[in-house]
Amino acid sequence: MDVSAIDAIIERYEANPSAILAILQDIQAKEKYLPKEVLEHVGERLRIPLNKIYRIATFYRAFSLQPRGRHEICVCLGTACHVRGAPRIVDQLNLQLGIRPGETTKDRQFTLETVNCLGVCAAGPVVAIDGQYFGKMSPGKVEGVLKQFRSREKERVDGKA
Amino acid sequence: MISFMMDGQPVEGKEGGNLLEVALDAGIEIPHLCYHESVKPYGACRLCLVEVFRNGRSRMTTACTYPVQNGIEVHTGTEKVLRARRMIMELILAMCPGDKKIQQMAQEMGIEEVRFKKEEKDCILCGLCARVCDEVVGAHAIQFASRGDRREVTPPFGEEAKNCIACGACVLVCPVDVIGMKEEGDERTIVRWKRTLKMKQCKVCGNYFAPWFQVEKFREKAGLPKDFFDVCYSCRG
Amino acid sequence: MGRLNSPEELERFRSEILSQRDVRQPLITVCGGTGCHASGCHQVVDAFRKVMEQHAQGNGVGLRVTGCHGFCERGPLVVIHPQKVFYQKVKPEDAAAIFEKTVLKGELLEHLLYDHPATGEKIGKEEEVPFYKKQMRIIFGNNGSIDPQRIEDYLAVGGYRALAKALFLMKPQEIINEVKKAKLRGRGGGGFPAGVKWEQCRNAPGEIKYVVCNADEGDPGAYMDRSLLEGNPHSVLEGMIIGAYAIGSHEGYVYVRNEYPLAVENIGIAIRQARDLGLLGRNILGSGFDFDVKVSRGGGAFVCGESTALMASIEGNVGEPRAKHIHTVISGLWERPTNLNNVETWANVPVIIDRGADWYTQIGTEESKGTKIFSLVGKVNNTGLVEVPMGITLREIVYDIGGGIPGGKKLKAVQTGGPSGGCIPESLMDLPVDFDRLTEVGSMMGSGGMIVMDESTCMVDVAKYFMNFLKDESCGKCTSCREGTKRMHELLTDITEGRGTLEHIDLLEELGWVTAEASLCALGGTAPNPVLSTIRYFRDEYKEHILNKRCPAKVCRALLKYRILSEVCTMCGRCAKACPSGAISGKVKTKKQEGIPFKIDQEKCIKCGMCFEACKFKAIEVE
Repeated sequence: MDVSAIDAIIERYEANPSAILAILQDIQAKEKYLPKEVLEHVGERLRIPLNKIYRIATFYRAFSLQPRGRHEICVCLGTACHVRGAPRIVDQLNLQLGIRPGETTKDRQFTLETVNCLGVCAAGPVVAIDGQYFGKMSPGKVEGVLKQFRSREKERVDGKA
Repeated sequence: MISFMMDGQPVEGKEGGNLLEVALDAGIEIPHLCYHESVKPYGACRLCLVEVFRNGRSRMTTACTYPVQNGIEVHTGTEKVLRARRMIMELILAMCPGDKKIQQMAQEMGIEEVRFKKEEKDCILCGLCARVCDEVVGAHAIQFASRGDRREVTPPFGEEAKNCIACGACVLVCPVDVIGMKEEGDERTIVRWKRTLKMKQCKVCGNYFAPWFQVEKFREKAGLPKDFFDVCYSCRG
Repeated sequence: MGRLNSPEELERFRSEILSQRDVRQPLITVCGGTGCHASGCHQVVDAFRKVMEQHAQGNGVGLRVTGCHGFCERGPLVVIHPQKVFYQKVKPEDAAAIFEKTVLKGELLEHLLYDHPATGEKIGKEEEVPFYKKQMRIIFGNNGSIDPQRIEDYLAVGGYRALAKALFLMKPQEIINEVKKAKLRGRGGGGFPAGVKWEQCRNAPGEIKYVVCNADEGDPGAYMDRSLLEGNPHSVLEGMIIGAYAIGSHEGYVYVRNEYPLAVENIGIAIRQARDLGLLGRNILGSGFDFDVKVSRGGGAFVCGESTALMASIEGNVGEPRAKHIHTVISGLWERPTNLNNVETWANVPVIIDRGADWYTQIGTEESKGTKIFSLVGKVNNTGLVEVPMGITLREIVYDIGGGIPGGKKLKAVQTGGPSGGCIPESLMDLPVDFDRLTEVGSMMGSGGMIVMDESTCMVDVAKYFMNFLKDESCGKCTSCREGTKRMHELLTDITEGRGTLEHIDLLEELGWVTAEASLCALGGTAPNPVLSTIRYFRDEYKEHILNKRCPAKVCRALLKYRILSEVCTMCGRCAKACPSGAISGKVKTKKQEGIPFKIDQEKCIKCGMCFEACKFKAIEVE
């Protein structure tokens, strides 16, 4: 853990205990999850007992205590998307990736999440991957979309090797 | 003192007090699980529902969180209240069917059957353990975590409660006795929080009287000398 | 741009801005709302930029990316000024033609015009498009004219004029009286009279008071607050400053869900720009009034839309509501008097102060004045954000503005109020939309989500969907809400999977009653509404699931049966390929072999519907 980076985030909010949510959000954005040591450190710096920090970290859905995948697949389950068949897309993703919402694939490539409305109801059903929106989705289109990200993965891995 | 009516009789409560404590003082039985006089009222179990009539309007509310006010009329046993209480008791029983205290309370309310799939939980999520630990003891060892039907009381990360001083207050205050404390030889364990601490021995009588971790915390906080707790409370006379 | 220290300086600055804008100069506006984002408006903007760079006359034409126009179904949307030509479903390839033909020559490109679904007539101007015709966009209308990241655009349409009037020509109590006279009711769901709330807060003891903007918009299917905050953040900010002045508060918070990063960004920019101009912060416009605003992000919890939970969250705690025997206007944030209002409520304030309560009360019904922005989504042709005067009927919204149901299907119900609301059946479509009428029929206004459902929507499934949402979002403190929503969901699952009994309906009603009556906050208090309203109006559908184990809308998977019609089957084999559980067998017909019609093994079938999607010959039947 890079303590100085964490401390910089804490300083941004003047180490104000009321800003705990914002601090944890900035850390989550940077580290992609909230490691235990980081939470312990934040608790010490802000003088908030760890039991409260853990309560906050598990209450809000924005936070993850487990490392997230490189690509975050977000299926919108807002009412409009639901009515247009969004649950079937979740099922199809489950079939293709072997994970359920909230879980990450073993190779840490994909994390599957559902969200209760992305606010893009006209284009529903909507799936957002890494901030990119895929509108008017259907179970049949899932494989093709996943392929896009899998091929990017392959390039990344090949590039490294 | 603030005066008002409860079940047709005049009652009194001090400023800032709540309806439940006034009722208990007056000998009026209102079932409750998450209320304890040592901590702030929380309003989680919803059993202590009563109907409060004020300015011609009535509302159903938990007695433990409603502040005493002049001129209100409180009814603790109306049909509406009883109906709601029974349903809540049934829901708690469905959640924790094995708890003796819950079985007993349900029986007293005349609940014969549970119309829901029974779960196998034991904790009723009243939060008394966590609230006592935070507000009275100040150890901050356990708290609620997650939300909705995944809510639970736990030490951070579900691991051993590292801030726990094994004082046993949570064990005492738990209405369904699911926390548990064991003493074996020179060790005390708070079972539910997986916390085992070595006990300190009295230099005079040789009894194990308090966990080392606990007395060290007290010594630190109060700035006491190193040998302050070498003799147990009984032997100090 | 230096600080403006008086209303006169503000007006002088506004005149300067206007004088630099030639209304006759061609201007291309592209909708930059999130809906259009998803449809690719960025590429359209880039395409325009390129064309304008390369073209000799590119300099004389303006390009502006604006806030959401509301007609999300037809995005990307482009409006060409000054003619106000309205183009929909614009692609990047269209940019060159639009520039050369429409902008430079004034010619219309037929294929980009909106065509009337009934008459086929092509409509050129925005205000004549049926979607917009019956709307009254007094709050939302400016979105299409301004770039939300440029305060000058807001000033150009009259922004902050209301603030100057409030600070210099009105006293705080007068402002409160005006808002009370306007009968402005909270647009977040509660419908509580805003002016009354402000007055209670003003009169509460204590020097330090707070104003809060609730931008947590958690209702799934509702995104009008998002579009307002993203598309016209200054309108909300101006409302807050006026409110703060009236109440006597010097510190405000805007609480935005973290799922809305663009809204967080744009309100942040708006705050900085307003501060720079002296419209926020110390000594606003030289009036002596100090007020500043902080942005607070939500953590992903629907319950934080409840006012006490929201405040707990700002304080750095979990979003657990507390009993409201003492209201937040007396004791709220850090136990100080706090006035909380919804985004849309705040945005109504400058309009009321600028044009007066007398003008405002001409719009709407007796007890519900003004307009409401709804997100019209679901099984409707024209999905998007619509702003209508209170009192308009549901039928007008769904048919005249929404363009009716796609595919000629039959309207079944309209769901309003999100998870706290209920379903209104087709028989009540002539219901005028206002706070009290909606509550009377078992639903509520809520934040403005309006979800259209047709014959292919299963109402039991809808109830189950909302219960699933609520049981996840419940903070879990109260037994009645936590266990109540959980058990209601359990019962609904049983019904949708063929294990329901008639007693379950009674049990649902009882559970619903206790959840609503015994819970601490409005989440539990309104949780049963989707269930109770669907039982009230669609009891037969529940019975069909229970007695005949059948889902008439063909949604509940466990009750479906997929069958291949052997007479229609062309034996192409696509279905078998698509099947993930190997339940389809048969032989592909080729030049060399005869082929055997494909068949589904019901034991292995997991009812995923992939075969149905794969078949190009309509040989698969669902029952």
